[in-house]
Amino acid sequence: MNESRTLDVSGLPPGAFGSRTVTFWGTLGMVLIESTVFALAITSYFYYLARFPSWPPDGIAPPLLRWGTVNTVILLGSLIPNELARRAAERVDLQGVRIWMVVCLAFAVGFNWVRVYEFRHLNVWWDHDAYGSIVWILLGLHTTHIVTDFLDSAVLTTLMFIGPVEEHRFVDVEENSVYWYFVVLAWLPIYGVIYWAPRLT
Amino acid sequence: MARTDLEALAIVSAAPAIDGQQSVLYPAGVQASSIHNLLTLMLWVSTAVAAIVLCVLFLAVRRSLGTKAGGNPSSTTDDVLARAVGIAVGTTVVLLVGLLVASVWTGRTIAAVHAASAVTIEITGHQWWWEIHYEDAVASRRVHTANELHIPTNRPVVLKVTSRDVIHSFWVPNLQGKRDLIPGYTTALWIEADRPGRFRGQCAEFCGLQHAHMALEVTAESDPDFERWLDAMRESPREPSDSGARRGRDVFMQTRCAGCHTVTGTEAAGQVGPDLTHVATRSSLGAGTLANSREHLAAWIRDPQSVKPGNQMPPSALSADDLENLVSYLETLR
Amino acid sequence: MSVGSDPNLEQTWADPPGVIGWLKHVDHKSIGRRYLVTAFGFFLIGGILAALMRIQLSRPDNTFIGPDLYNEIFTTHGTTMMFLFAVPVMQGLGIYLVPLMVGARSIAFPRLVAFSYWMLLFGGIFLFVSFLLNAGPDVGWFSYPPLAEPLYTPSKRADVWAQLITFTEVASLAVAVALITTVLKLRAPGMTLNRLPIFVWAQVVTSFMVLFAMPAVMLASTELILDRLVGTHFFDVEHGGDALLWQHLFWFFGHPEVYIIFIPGTGIVSTIIATFSRRHIFGYLPVVLSLVSTAFMGFGLWVHHMFATGLPQLGESFFTAASIMIAIPTGTQIFCWIATIWSGRLSLKTPMLWILGFFTIFVVGGLTGVMLAAVPLNTQVHDTFFVVAHLHYVLIGGAVFPLFGAFYYWYPKITGRLLSERLGTWVFALLFTGFNLTFFPMHVLGLRGMPRRVYTYPASMGWDTLNLLASVGALLMACGVITFLVDAVHAMYAGPVATDNPWDAGTLEWATSSPPPNSNFPRPPTAAGREPLWDNPPDQPVVVGLREDARDVLVTHVLDAEPDHRLIFPEPSIWPFLTGIATTVLFVWSIFTPWGVVYGAGPVFLAMVGWFWPKRPDEGGTPLWPFARRTLPRPDEAPAAGGAI
Repeated sequence: MNESRTLDVSGLPPGAFGSRTVTFWGTLGMVLIESTVFALAITSYFYYLARFPSWPPDGIAPPLLRWGTVNTVILLGSLIPNELARRAAERVDLQGVRIWMVVCLAFAVGFNWVRVYEFRHLNVWWDHDAYGSIVWILLGLHTTHIVTDFLDSAVLTTLMFIGPVEEHRFVDVEENSVYWYFVVLAWLPIYGVIYWAPRLT
Repeated sequence: MARTDLEALAIVSAAPAIDGQQSVLYPAGVQASSIHNLLTLMLWVSTAVAAIVLCVLFLAVRRSLGTKAGGNPSSTTDDVLARAVGIAVGTTVVLLVGLLVASVWTGRTIAAVHAASAVTIEITGHQWWWEIHYEDAVASRRVHTANELHIPTNRPVVLKVTSRDVIHSFWVPNLQGKRDLIPGYTTALWIEADRPGRFRGQCAEFCGLQHAHMALEVTAESDPDFERWLDAMRESPREPSDSGARRGRDVFMQTRCAGCHTVTGTEAAGQVGPDLTHVATRSSLGAGTLANSREHLAAWIRDPQSVKPGNQMPPSALSADDLENLVSYLETLR
Repeated sequence: MSVGSDPNLEQTWADPPGVIGWLKHVDHKSIGRRYLVTAFGFFLIGGILAALMRIQLSRPDNTFIGPDLYNEIFTTHGTTMMFLFAVPVMQGLGIYLVPLMVGARSIAFPRLVAFSYWMLLFGGIFLFVSFLLNAGPDVGWFSYPPLAEPLYTPSKRADVWAQLITFTEVASLAVAVALITTVLKLRAPGMTLNRLPIFVWAQVVTSFMVLFAMPAVMLASTELILDRLVGTHFFDVEHGGDALLWQHLFWFFGHPEVYIIFIPGTGIVSTIIATFSRRHIFGYLPVVLSLVSTAFMGFGLWVHHMFATGLPQLGESFFTAASIMIAIPTGTQIFCWIATIWSGRLSLKTPMLWILGFFTIFVVGGLTGVMLAAVPLNTQVHDTFFVVAHLHYVLIGGAVFPLFGAFYYWYPKITGRLLSERLGTWVFALLFTGFNLTFFPMHVLGLRGMPRRVYTYPASMGWDTLNLLASVGALLMACGVITFLVDAVHAMYAGPVATDNPWDAGTLEWATSSPPPNSNFPRPPTAAGREPLWDNPPDQPVVVGLREDARDVLVTHVLDAEPDHRLIFPEPSIWPFLTGIATTVLFVWSIFTPWGVVYGAGPVFLAMVGWFWPKRPDEGGTPLWPFARRTLPRPDEAPAAGGAI
């Protein structure tokens, strides 16, 4: 190719925010994968439901509504500091990022803590029957996400405090908040299935 | 046996290798015939399509190899190509829809028959043998056997199949397509032989170590012959006349045999292994692993693990005399 | 003709030397080569296992291999070929070629791709070590419960299988995300979506299929491990578990899986046909739409693997219809390919020979597929050697033959040398003849009643001649593969030196040297057509202005590939390797005790922290806090003035 004409990109910025970033699309890929896992697990739940004469089977009581509902509130509540952290990141406001990430982490401690209570009040063990197994794995899959989301947010928050804080790290904060949205919103159908499906069918 | 039976036996017997044994290509039943017709149709269509496509490809290669440099594909050629591809795709759609219709139509032909006078047989798969029960409203008229079944010709037979352990698959290609035996599910499979004969089948879903040695035999015979067979199966075995056989019966009842196997009319009521009430009438042992003979029976009992390693029957620690007598007893179980 | 590479730029993009350096590589060309070599190595192992099976089956009542070992061998053969060879080799081609074909300097997420290689390698080692320790899986590559449940398989064998799945699915999913992101965000300016090379379309479509299909087998295999390790009852009938649910989950993955293998093959076919017919592929849009619709439809066929289970007839008919109709997009591609050849100017070099072999074999396989879609016929030939014949015709015909074509086509680009045309013809002849001799008789064997997965068969069945024939064919195939290996190794040192573009092809990987420099393109190209080297005007611009002292990559817009921003890509790093080690420890430990997950998670977490923690304060090329003014635009801000010609 004759290089007499050139396209000079030196004036382009060294990064960007939002769906323009490479990271956003990687996160989206993760979201698609995990959504598929959840969707298949939920479908399996209804598959078992259709095969049993009563649900929950053997006269087991459905999971206690209280802790699941409390946790749903906490999770949804965490979207507020999450969104504020995201906006602070887009504004490149370090102070704002630090504050709201810490608040997010506080919520994360909360919903991980309550998750323990949720497990203890499912009213069935994982090895009791297929119902117990599917309920535990549904809750367990989501728990993997809230644990890892907490851990990676904690690492990121630590980095934002102790530095070095390069401008790119604000993009990382923004992308982290996108994933946080997914983890919280994915909970809603799972909550509906675990806590309400046995009550409504 | 009638002459036709002998002919059929010659064609599809389990002993020497003969064309048609355990074969999709030699249907001997209503369902298998219908499937065979579909197979023939699809084979012809496929062969024609393959021949045409590969022919056109060959022509394209030849033409393209001959094209000289400097010629560009003109837009009219592309239009012609577009039309050709369009016709090809359209033809493909038509052919495929036709095959779909043929498939669905065949499926309806071989699906549930719902005949009131159907013979009903329950088949339960085990690792690595077939448990068989003939249903009857009267409990005393039910027939229990293993690894072999008889069916009347030209009468619908419904098989209710399930498994006691892992997934197996009941497959007698001369008669019908296969059906998986799945624990937790019981499904119905309809078969109907349209000529007499003995047909070999084999488990067709990998079920563990001895999946390769889980065969069965289906004998199709005229209605009177079938009823005679059922009556014979319903009778308990007679008292053995030979003293050796009587001693053999004692061996059977007092050692572990009775714990796993049933012989109706005796105290042996074990449910773990195949029913042995009429074992001497079977053509094979170990679900098609060995031909049924005195020597093979002795070898099997002495050490089943050397014949069919991994199967559920342990070796026996019988003296030579006891083994002799036991085999004599088993040979009386007709 | 390539521009002489700037030594500074070459240095910037160089991967470190030495053994430790090799563990730190992140260059997609290096990882791609590893993928190809390793996957091919697994192919050879799978082939040896197949040869052992063919020896055992060459005679009735043979005692060469007993049932236990045979069951391990056929399971490991299938598992190796499907999980360790077929998908990784196609992804390996993608890792190497996709960035080059879209004109980029790197693949997206290079460290993730490096990590995925370690997962593939360690997973394979785990499987084969287990095999050698007599703990190889032995319940089929699809591992149906209840046979795979602890009651019937009390050993660790089924756990090895299930965890091998986890290794390979993690690897495949990671590569899929990287490839999709590369194609969406790193394309050369001017390479709008309708100018994407068909090979790249095939890789993107495949990657999306991976994203949606692999979770199904991950979920199922995890549930199987849980059943075996902690007493859950997903598939155990005694406590409400369901043996059929496994099949639904597995085949929801399993059917798209074969398209995941086949569609990249079609991408190879489109590429080679275009190059050697010396014209654009006829019917670009129909071909691309065929790829996309095949991918969608591929998710709607899975029940055709379960036609023998006795599901309701109406439901089965739907899947018959879908399974038959998927032949339409595939047929469309075939007709477009033939049209391209017809109207082109054919050069019958070795790569093209493989494509002709593909046509012959795949058409047969596709037609037996239509036959298998018909429920009544399926119930006769399911689980017989007829299916073994079909699957090998479509997979070897549809993927392995194009793959060999790809080897001969891209070997000069990857190594800078050409393979031998003469030996290549021999390899083709041996493999083509051997393949048909091995697998065509199996159609007949299946119709004559021979089931699958049997370690032996009685002499009275009359199957001996055809089985012997098949085994002789396998011998021919082995000779073909060995000849290929000889050529591949020999050519690397003594083959004719390759120019930048020995085939006079049109896609961008041929716009740089053979092999490419570290930076891929000293001056990244832009595109004005689908085959840029054929379509670009002589004064087509090249990209300048990227930094040469850092791994600067141009990021473009998703739809129209307009330049958007630049991004500094990561330096070589040991962390993907260390994370791979830690993850392997977690996976292997956790088949012995659930605490393996808990204790193993710690090192994985630490390794990932090491991975993401910044190594240098300014490694991203942006200012350090506190800074006066932001340099990175918001999501909705137009990029700063750039893209000036």
